[in-house]
Amino acid sequence: MIKSFKPALSAVALSLAMLSQGAAAAEEQFFPLIDYRVGPYGSNGQAFYGGFIDYLNYVNLKEKGVNGVQMTYEECETEYNNAKGVECYERLKSKAAKSAGPLHTMSTGISYALIDKSAQDKLPLAMMGYGRTDAVDGSVFPYAFPLVTTYQMQASAIVKFLKDKNGGSLAGKKIVYLYHDSAYGKEAIVALNAEASLNKFEMVQIPVAHPGNEQGAQWLKIRQEKPDFVIFWGWGVMNQTALKAAQKVGFPRDKMIGSWWTGSEEDVVPAGDAAKGYMAATWNVAGKQVPVIADIEKVVYGAGKGNLQDPSKIGTILYNRGVSAAVLSVEAIRKGQEKYGKGKALNGEQTRWALENLNITDARLKALGATDLLPEIKTSCDNHEGSGKVKIQQWDGAKWVPVSGWIEGNKGLIHPLFQASAKQYAKEKGITPRDCSKEK
Amino acid sequence: MLYREAGQFKTTYAADQQLFPIRQDRIGVITLLVVAFLGVPLFASEYWFSAILIPFLIFALAALGLNILTGYAGQLSLGSAAFMAVGAYAAYNFQLRIEGIPILVSFGLAGLTAAGVGILFGLPSLRIKGFYLAVATLAAQFFIVWCLTKFPWLSNNSSSGVISTQQLIIFGHELTTPVEKYLLVLSIVVVMALAAKNMVRSTTGRAWMAVRDMDVAASVIGIRLMPTKLLAFAVSSFYCGVAGAMYAFCYLGSVEPDGFSLEMSFKILFMIIIGGVGSIMGSFLGAAFILLLPIFLDITLPFIADLFGLPFSSATVSHIQITVFGALIMFFLIVEPHGLARLWQIAKEKLRLWPFPH
Repeated sequence: MIKSFKPALSAVALSLAMLSQGAAAAEEQFFPLIDYRVGPYGSNGQAFYGGFIDYLNYVNLKEKGVNGVQMTYEECETEYNNAKGVECYERLKSKAAKSAGPLHTMSTGISYALIDKSAQDKLPLAMMGYGRTDAVDGSVFPYAFPLVTTYQMQASAIVKFLKDKNGGSLAGKKIVYLYHDSAYGKEAIVALNAEASLNKFEMVQIPVAHPGNEQGAQWLKIRQEKPDFVIFWGWGVMNQTALKAAQKVGFPRDKMIGSWWTGSEEDVVPAGDAAKGYMAATWNVAGKQVPVIADIEKVVYGAGKGNLQDPSKIGTILYNRGVSAAVLSVEAIRKGQEKYGKGKALNGEQTRWALENLNITDARLKALGATDLLPEIKTSCDNHEGSGKVKIQQWDGAKWVPVSGWIEGNKGLIHPLFQASAKQYAKEKGITPRDCSKEK
Repeated sequence: MLYREAGQFKTTYAADQQLFPIRQDRIGVITLLVVAFLGVPLFASEYWFSAILIPFLIFALAALGLNILTGYAGQLSLGSAAFMAVGAYAAYNFQLRIEGIPILVSFGLAGLTAAGVGILFGLPSLRIKGFYLAVATLAAQFFIVWCLTKFPWLSNNSSSGVISTQQLIIFGHELTTPVEKYLLVLSIVVVMALAAKNMVRSTTGRAWMAVRDMDVAASVIGIRLMPTKLLAFAVSSFYCGVAGAMYAFCYLGSVEPDGFSLEMSFKILFMIIIGGVGSIMGSFLGAAFILLLPIFLDITLPFIADLFGLPFSSATVSHIQITVFGALIMFFLIVEPHGLARLWQIAKEKLRLWPFPH
């Protein structure tokens, strides 16, 4: 059975050997990019990783790297497939042994599969707005960072927004939670249930089966329930379908609030008129008015080093989100260099320390030209999230307009949920949590 | 020349009926096992274990399971990934809910659970055949994934439905490194593959093949269709279930129901079509082809591109990889519709007669 396996084996080994020859020279900060540009979510990946890579190049061009350390990267295509993600991770791992920036997989499934492995290999795993949310508790998950905010905190922030909009109380109101029936959609339920009992509103859960391109029954139910608001956790084609269905049954779109994976141009433009007035959470604004985005276009694309094949994507929500992820990663490198020596590349362990000790203030964001691309972030051992804030934006028919300031979810309510879940995980896995009071 | 059998005389029935009747085959298989158990752990890197060898073995086992059902018993099934999911979740729950249960026992019970579910979804096979049966097994695919998402108890009330597997402890020793996991997977796969090889040449296997070739004729010569078909479903699902448990515990470490998609079932089906329907070796060849070729292309294409100075982005490489992969599948199916195993068999026949073919 191995007879035809052997030649393939040696050929791969040969090509691997060739790969390792091109290993990074000294003082380059390497970013292993486990990304996707083809497959069902390829267009999302193109915008996100395009933004990410453009910012790395921007740092290289504009300030000759971080204290002289050039940012380098290598991509590996996962097609949003978990097994391929693991293969990519293993392939890039050896190259990331010397120097490694945070891993961004943009896939909950892949990050779940990498949580244990990355901790073993001492490579920090960033999960910005996806992934394992109870990793907020860094005592159990030293190498996993659900940065900026999590689904649960987002749900809580959306409830808070609705509450403020409704004169400070939601008592007796009815909220429908319309969600993608998958790991992603179910994450927020526990937070919404907690909010419902706290704020005394009634919550009705309505799942939509993947891919969600037929929602007639769900919206009929919504019409019968006559809810005051719909909180919407969609994904891919489900988003535009929901907006069109809402229009059909006459449910006002300005009473629908979606998660941050329902609030990109790709989600609303295909819905046309039906999307007008629809709101969604986000942690980064869209548009080129953000100074750093405009500057990237000028510096990187001016030099002909832009990563996007379709430059019209610059300034879209997902492109800006990619830039925000890169800003955060590069700031972590900067922070790490302060401790471990300026002008030196950081290895995975050092980057991990940096991610755990981030302190990105509004002043710093302003200096970077990245105001509103990120909320303020301050991480610590027991808070790997660092912010928990979102903005609500509204689609005016042509562009996304922010309609709120930064709203923080109810940390006192949500974070204990994470800790309980992390504790259970530690028990199952036989992990002894770190003592956060001893970390500095 | 390699396969010259001159001087190999079989003087006993036992020698005539053994698993590998040709001496060269026996030597080959033993060498292979020695290399796999001793040589590979010495030389392979961590990447090889975690990204290539472990998934290869696991998928080979799943393909073997499907091959028993489709290749030997002739029942087309599109539910292999779902049976793997049953195995994965069952093993997780046995570990979780029974204090101190050994992991291998969990794997065995997971296989049995999958076998039970397999029998349930095999019932329609008594009435419907061929493509219609494939559609019926499609129900298993959707129902099981739905069921695992629907009932939170199955994933221990995880908010997302994702399970994270427990530690692998065998005789008080925790398996953490990829080498140890590889050896565990390899041992299980070798034992199960040998069992399958024996099974298909036993009465059971012959009954399966009779049913495959013509079930009316089989029932006329006294083979009872219902137990035979259901046994095929049970054994096949058992193999898939164990493969699923290993997929969760030894490979990914955390799985979600959606991961066991129809796409994965198709992949396993393609493995046996490419490798060889009705061949144990074909399952391994097919798994190797489907899993390793894309990775191989993925790694070599950028070099070829560099060589000719072509500006390939990672997306282009991916697209080319899919195209080349598809073209190769078509090529192999045109050249040899019976799969890679048949190619090997033809080569072997020729070698046995060489240099005097008649």
